[in-house]
Amino acid sequence: MAAETSLPTNIETSSEEGLARSAAARAALADVAREPGAAKPDPILVADGITRAFGGLKAVDVAHLEVQRGVITALIGPNGAGKTTFFNLLTGFDRPDDGTWSFNGTKLNRMPAYRVARLGMVRTFQLTKVLSRLTVLENMRVAARGQTGERWWAALFAPLWRGQENENTDRAHDLLARFLLDKKAADFAGSLSGGQRKLLEMARALMVDPELVMLDEPMAGVNPALKQSLLGHVKSLRDEGRTVLFVEHDMDMVRDISDWVVVMAQGQVIAEGPPDSVMADPRVIDAYLGAHHDTKLTFEAEEKILDAAQQELAEEQENEQ
Amino acid sequence: MDFSSLFSDSLQQAFGTSAIVYCLAAIGLNIHFGYTGLLNFGQAAFMAVGGYTMAMFVTQWDVSLWLAMLAGLGLTAVLAILLGIPTLRLRADYLAIVTIAAAEIVRQVYGSIALKKYFGAQDGLTAFSADFRALNPFDGPVDLGIVSWGKNDAWVVLVGWFVVALCCLVVWLLMRSPWGRILKSIREDEDAVRSLGKNVYYYKMQSLMLGGMIGALAGFVTALKSAAINPSFFATDVTFFAYTVLLIGGAARVLGPVVGAIIFWFLLTFLDLFFSAATDDVGSVLIPSSIMTNQQASLVRFIVMGLALMLLMIFRPQGIFGDRRELAIDGR
Ligand SMILES: Nc1ncnc2c1ncn2[C@@H]1O[C@H](COP(=O)(O)OP(=O)(O)OP(=O)(O)O)[C@@H](O)[C@H]1O
Ligand SMILES: [Mg+2]
Repeated sequence: MAAETSLPTNIETSSEEGLARSAAARAALADVAREPGAAKPDPILVADGITRAFGGLKAVDVAHLEVQRGVITALIGPNGAGKTTFFNLLTGFDRPDDGTWSFNGTKLNRMPAYRVARLGMVRTFQLTKVLSRLTVLENMRVAARGQTGERWWAALFAPLWRGQENENTDRAHDLLARFLLDKKAADFAGSLSGGQRKLLEMARALMVDPELVMLDEPMAGVNPALKQSLLGHVKSLRDEGRTVLFVEHDMDMVRDISDWVVVMAQGQVIAEGPPDSVMADPRVIDAYLGAHHDTKLTFEAEEKILDAAQQELAEEQENEQ
Repeated sequence: MDFSSLFSDSLQQAFGTSAIVYCLAAIGLNIHFGYTGLLNFGQAAFMAVGGYTMAMFVTQWDVSLWLAMLAGLGLTAVLAILLGIPTLRLRADYLAIVTIAAAEIVRQVYGSIALKKYFGAQDGLTAFSADFRALNPFDGPVDLGIVSWGKNDAWVVLVGWFVVALCCLVVWLLMRSPWGRILKSIREDEDAVRSLGKNVYYYKMQSLMLGGMIGALAGFVTALKSAAINPSFFATDVTFFAYTVLLIGGAARVLGPVVGAIIFWFLLTFLDLFFSAATDDVGSVLIPSSIMTNQQASLVRFIVMGLALMLLMIFRPQGIFGDRRELAIDGR
């Protein structure tokens, strides 16, 4: 297909150093136990006992989770598993009822969202949040860090910030080109299509130059051809030394790019491991891909299945020891 | 009916002292509402605190008018902080409710008998404009052909429009900068701005303070143009007229409030004069009293004005200066 070949795919063009770094990071994961809450050799993000309830519903109940630095970690789980809520809690957009978590060793409890972002942990939203009545380019420029012109007194004197603004503009154009949005730079962001908004949001998050990028369903609504090239971009983020944590329902994509997969169901982390082993895990197939997907469950039946699954789990763990 | 005097009288108001007051108030609201998306329904409170502080400092403590103005600006900033601390972290509607209440509280306080010693209760304060009038370069009425002002009014008009120009310049400089870009981004989506590492609360506070202080300038002009100040100058409708001015001109446009104020006062005066002349029993009666009496005439202008505003919102919702393209993408 002509359209597909014309897309830039830089999957194989990563720098030597980047490739070496990611290979090393993945090698480090080889020895990590394939169980929920497994300790990682070099975690960038550590969460402990995070719970969040909405009324009677425990949306998130994560006992322990570590995210390895410099790799691509996928967070998967059925609808309503609590993935987005977990993202919100980690990034300061919501407060957990209980628990502690840290980024690069800095405790993030009660830290406002903007400071979390400044530390280098930047997220995107499942329901895209573009700044509609600003141009695409302005959407990008607003994201740049440490702008002198963001102080009100400096704002009055353009010479104080013009140089920085030009640099940011160049960087914004580079990123937009990477996400095939450079032709849209002068348009209002509100005029973009749903998929283009996803792309813009991702590009904007990168404009912050984050160490950890957290993407909530970045590929939802993006056409298959572009998806392929985006996969390349996400991989290149890792090869630049960034850490990526993303939520995704597209299993092919998860299999293709993630080094590690965390599975959530009903608020809890139920499995962890490299993509192939996780997807072969019967617990995951049960909970996520859904052995019972097609049959309508009563509450009692659901309880029973859950009990059975937990028993199975306990037995399995005993067998392993 | 004498249309040429109708026209020149309306022009006189369009560029007169009241237009300046509403123009400045609307410039402040433009920063709040137009650029940052903050719903301030209590601009009258900022104007009152500015005007009253200035007047009281002069009458009570006999400080110079210019120092009193600085104090007025300072206290307005304090008011903005007081209103902002509890509300700016919450949803937009909370600020609206709190500012409406604040405007009422402020007006009641200035009008209260208990504080008559300081604020003169319903009589208000006078005799504070000497420093301003001492600088008046005009020694008689100023006649520009179509419009003419008395000596004192002319001085207020001259200084007033100069201040308006200065405010517009500041708004223009700020809104093209990264600082202004953050305000506009907050208007579009607060959470997105937070996720990019910007302290939204801090910028909203700055916006509230700046817009409030420009409101204080409107308060100064209100007091100086009549060399008096009293609570009735700051009734709730002041804020709503200022919003009307802003919407006519077009929100989030630097010159929107200026054009809006001129058009608003032109129409308001024109309609008033027109209807009162048309129903005047002595002259040639255009509208028979069975339809509208002379007493009703002065109220009809507000009805027509409201109708005009509705039509404007339907057919040109972006205001005179607004950008239609921006509106097309609303609500997606
Ligand atoms: N603000 C809220 N108030 C009440 N319940 C909520 C709220 N936010 C989320 N929930 C509930 O918490 C649960 C987890 O929601 P969440 O959005 O985290 O799921 P998710 O894993 O992201 O799902 P999806 O894959 O569909 O995006 C759901 O059952 C949802 O109904
Ligand atoms: Mg979600």
